Order: sequence, then structure tokens, then C-alpha cells
Amino acid sequence: MTAAPIDKVVTLARPRLSHAAVFWLGFVAVMALLIAAPLVLSAFWTRLLTEILIWGLLAMSSDLLIGYTGMVSFGHSAFFGLGMYGAAAALLTVSPPNLWLAILFGLAGAAGAALFVAYFSTRLRDIYFAITTLIFSQIFYVIIFTWTPVTGGENGLIFTRPHLTIPLLYNARFTGTTMHWFVLAVVAASYLILRRVTQSPFGMVLQSIRENEPRTRAIGYAVERYKMVSVMLSGLFAGLAGVLYAVQNEFAAPDFVYFLTSGDTVIYNVIGGIGTLIGPIVGAGFFQLARELMARLFGEQFPYLIPLGVIFIAIIIFLPQGLLGFARRWLNR
Amino acid sequence: MGAIGDIVRSIPLDLIIIQTVNGFVTGMILALIASGLTLIFGIMDVVNFAHGELFMLGAYVGVVVIATTGSFWLGLVTSSLIVAILGAAMQIVTLRPLIGRDPLNTILATFGISLILQNYALWQFGPVARKIPEPMSSYFTLFYLQYPWYRIVIAGLSAAIIGAFWLFLKYGKFGVWIRATAQDRVMAQAMGIPVPLVYTGVFAIGAAMAAASGVLFAPLTGVDHSMGLDWVLKAFIVVVVGGMGNLGGSIAAAIFISLLESYAAIWVDPSQAVIVSFVVLILTLLFRPTGLFVATPR
Repeated sequence: MTAAPIDKVVTLARPRLSHAAVFWLGFVAVMALLIAAPLVLSAFWTRLLTEILIWGLLAMSSDLLIGYTGMVSFGHSAFFGLGMYGAAAALLTVSPPNLWLAILFGLAGAAGAALFVAYFSTRLRDIYFAITTLIFSQIFYVIIFTWTPVTGGENGLIFTRPHLTIPLLYNARFTGTTMHWFVLAVVAASYLILRRVTQSPFGMVLQSIRENEPRTRAIGYAVERYKMVSVMLSGLFAGLAGVLYAVQNEFAAPDFVYFLTSGDTVIYNVIGGIGTLIGPIVGAGFFQLARELMARLFGEQFPYLIPLGVIFIAIIIFLPQGLLGFARRWLNR
Repeated sequence: MGAIGDIVRSIPLDLIIIQTVNGFVTGMILALIASGLTLIFGIMDVVNFAHGELFMLGAYVGVVVIATTGSFWLGLVTSSLIVAILGAAMQIVTLRPLIGRDPLNTILATFGISLILQNYALWQFGPVARKIPEPMSSYFTLFYLQYPWYRIVIAGLSAAIIGAFWLFLKYGKFGVWIRATAQDRVMAQAMGIPVPLVYTGVFAIGAAMAAASGVLFAPLTGVDHSMGLDWVLKAFIVVVVGGMGNLGGSIAAAIFISLLESYAAIWVDPSQAVIVSFVVLILTLLFRPTGLFVATPR
């Protein structure tokens, strides 16, 4: 009679895994899957997966603004594009082309654009912010599109991929697999950095701005300054995504500075779930895979954006937290 | 003094006058688009991202109707009506469920609509631009140019539509409802005004105005699926510069910005002249963030 309850007590008292342990176990498991992926998948799917990670990084950077600071940016194409053209500048002018220099140049380009955009747009809120960022990205688009001698205008710039170099240790041509691993490493590191940022006191202030801006100001925080730093940080990571895309595809084109790229970024965020950092990557994956699937089923000419647009609107109306919305609280703990 | 005299003399007066007329014509079309946009914002707090696509779709419906019936004016009326119905349907299906949510949701939803409409147009009509012949072919002489009367007619028609709309807002029963809803939504509802119907009606009217400007503008450049984007961007600039929700300010800003762009086009490439309006926007945001024609609250 007495043994059964004791058994129950023992079951209940079994040490439960802490939140941190579950999180890191999950992280390691997902990383392991992603590391192993190119060994299993064909070159085509590896490439698609790499691209999803890059778009995911872009969307994740914009999540810092949308999900954590409460500002919807429709101008992330500018940062992404400047990262691309910055990388192109480094790869075309310095010989032999150096990967790390490309990243440095790309980040510098994106930081310049972000400083410009942040200075003007953070004075505005809500839709005004969204519209201004959109118009700023169009300024960069017009400049890049018409400044043909420097940017190549409509045709963009073509360059060769640098070697993957780790000073003194490693120097080899990129293959599909190492490209994937490199992108994965950058995206994972960016995720951890952004996660740390959002959990830091700084990130808490950003979330407080999202929840109640006048009160945050009343408490004594310089709201504009926090917003500017947030836009710049977001712009830097978007630029990093641009560099990765440029290195992967060996070109920089004005199309990517066009506002449709920003629109895609917002779509990834909304589909995947804002304020989760991982959600945007899931959203990018969903979007790209759905597009690939539709192209296979209905042909390349199929206007895949029509069904995806319908899904997008349905998610806004019926699932405003996105696909990963259920895990939002848990992921931010 | 000599240098300044040279600069003054180097300004081509004839070009300035031609560009003033051009700028005024595009300004009136832009005002017609922007007044729909600012109306929708002022009443419903909705930034309609799909406004440019309504403009584009209006132009396409115009193309189809004109190709089948041969009458430009019939095309103008039919297109406005069809797009108004489409706009009402759009509002009921996507925006009505979002009433009461953060206004940012509406910008996302209308962005989704714009994607759908744009890709539908590309799929349905293909990437090649369509042409509408100008409904009147008479010209008058402006310096060395044969200036088409049609452009002047467009400006006049746009002004007439905006004027009629203003009268409607001022004296029409539905217009009074609209103004009452804009002032105080809750009170209007308490007084028995059917606010949801007003919302749908406002969206339909804004859509019809966008469609009308699309048809009017189509003979000047041709119709393609991406024409809406340029115009919606310009209309956004106009609406922000003129003050969100301020009808008179939007009209003034539309003409102001179009004139500036026309003058800039004398010296630089037209695609770069857009930067002038961007600069106007930045300066406005810096010094008068609520719009040029609205006093900045202190």
C-alpha cells in the first residue's frame, strides 16, 4: 500500500532539466542537423539551405527592430545591398580577394547606410518610421542604379569568390559544403550575439520602448539614442547577410537594394513569428521551400507570390504571432 | 555680379515654362492619388500600401475596356467603378478583421495585397507595357513644342474630381458621415452613423480615385505591372510632406514636389530627379515632422 505513493514521489522529484539545458540541447541538436545536412543533401538543396540561412540572418536582423523595438522597417534592402556592394568593392579592388576584408568593407558600407537612416528615421514612430525607411532604401537604390561607372548600374558587379582563409591555419577554395558551414557558423554566431543583446539590459530597454515608449522616456532613458543603436545594430547584421549573399553568388545587383527585398524580409518575420529571432529563419525557410515546391509543381512561370501573399495575409489575421509564436516566451527567457 | 548674371542668363526660360506646365500636370495626377491615400489614412488610420496597385489595376481595366469598346471615357468610368468594388471587397476581407489592432498590422496586410495584385497583373497581362491612345489628338504651340491639349485636360479633370470630392465631403450626407467618423469614431457610432460602412465606403472612394488617375495617366507612359510602386512611393512622400490625413496639404505638396522634380529634370536625368523629392521629405521630417502645412505641436 505504501510503496506506490513513494514511487510517485520519486517520479515527480526526478530532477527536471533546466530551461537553459533544454535550450542548449535543442540548439546543439539543430546545429548538428544543419552541419550534417550538406553531407546528405544534393548540391542543389545544400545551396537552397545556405540561401535560406542567409535570408534568415537578414530577417533575424530586422526582427531586432520589428519584434524587440517595435519598429517595422521596410528599408532593410538598403543595408543588405550596401553589404553586398561593400563586399564587391573589397573583392574587386584588393588582390588577391580576401574574405575577411570583404566582410569588413560590407559591414562598413551597411554601417554607413544604417547611420544615415537611423539618424533621420528614429525621430518617427510606427507607420511614419516604416515609410521613411522604405523611402531611404529607395534613395540608395536610385543612387546605385544610376551611378553606373562605380556600381555597374543595372548590370551590377561580378567578381570571383575569395578563398576561405583562416590566417595561418587554413586556406582553400570554397566548396558548396564549406560555404554552407561558413554561412552556418556566421548565422549561428549572429543568433547567439543577438540573443545575448536582447537579453541584456540594453535589450530590455528596447523591449520597454516597444511596450510603452512615453513611459520609457519618462523613466529617463534617451529613447532616440536606444532606437538609433538598435537600427544600426540591425543594419550591421543585415549587411553581414548581404556580404554572405554576395560571396555565395559572386555578384552584386541593384535588384537586391530594391524595396521588394525589404518586403520579403518583413514577410519572413511575420510568417515565422516576430520577437523570437529563430522565427524569421523558419519564416524564410517556409517561404523559400514553398516557392521551390510551387515552381516544381506548377512550373517556373507560376506566380508563387499570389498564394504566398494569401498565406501572409491569413497569418496576419488569424495567427498574428506567426508560426513560432507559441514558443516566443520560452525562447526569450 | 557678372557670374550671377551669367547663371541667371543660362537658365532657359522656355524650358522652365514647359517644365512648369509638365510639373503641374503630373502634380494634379499625383494629388488625385495622394488624396485617396490621405483620406484612407485620415479616416481609418490605415496606410494603404496597395494604393499604387489600385492605380495600376485601374489603368489595366481601362486598357481592357478601351480595347473592347473603343471609348476612353467609358473606360475611365467603368474602371473607377470596378476598382471601387474591388477596393470595398479588399477592405471587407482583409482590413475589417484588423480593426482595433495595431495600425502596423494594416500596413503589413495591405503590403500583402499589393504583392498579390502586382503578381496577378504580371501573370495576367505579361511583362510588356500596354499602350492607351490619347483620347484627343489636338495640340497647341508652346515655344518650339507641340503641346498636347490632353495633358491640360488631365490636370483639369483631376482638379474637377478632387473638387467634386471636396464638395461631397462638405455637403453630401455620406460626406458628413465621413467627416464625423474622422473627428470622433466612437461618438459618430453613438449618433447612429454606420461606421463600418463608412470605412468600406471611404476605401472604395479612395480606390476609385486611384483607378481614375491610373486611366488618365496611362496614355502618357503606358501601363505595366510595376507602375504602381513608383507612384505609391511618391504619394507616400506627398502625404508625409503635406501632413498625414490633411487633404489640402496633400494637394499642395503634390504640386510642389512635382514642380520641383520637373525643374530638376532640366539639369539631371529624370530617374535622378526623384532624389529631389527624397530631399524634400528628409528636410520636412527634420524641421516640420508633422508636415509642411500643419503646425508642429510643441
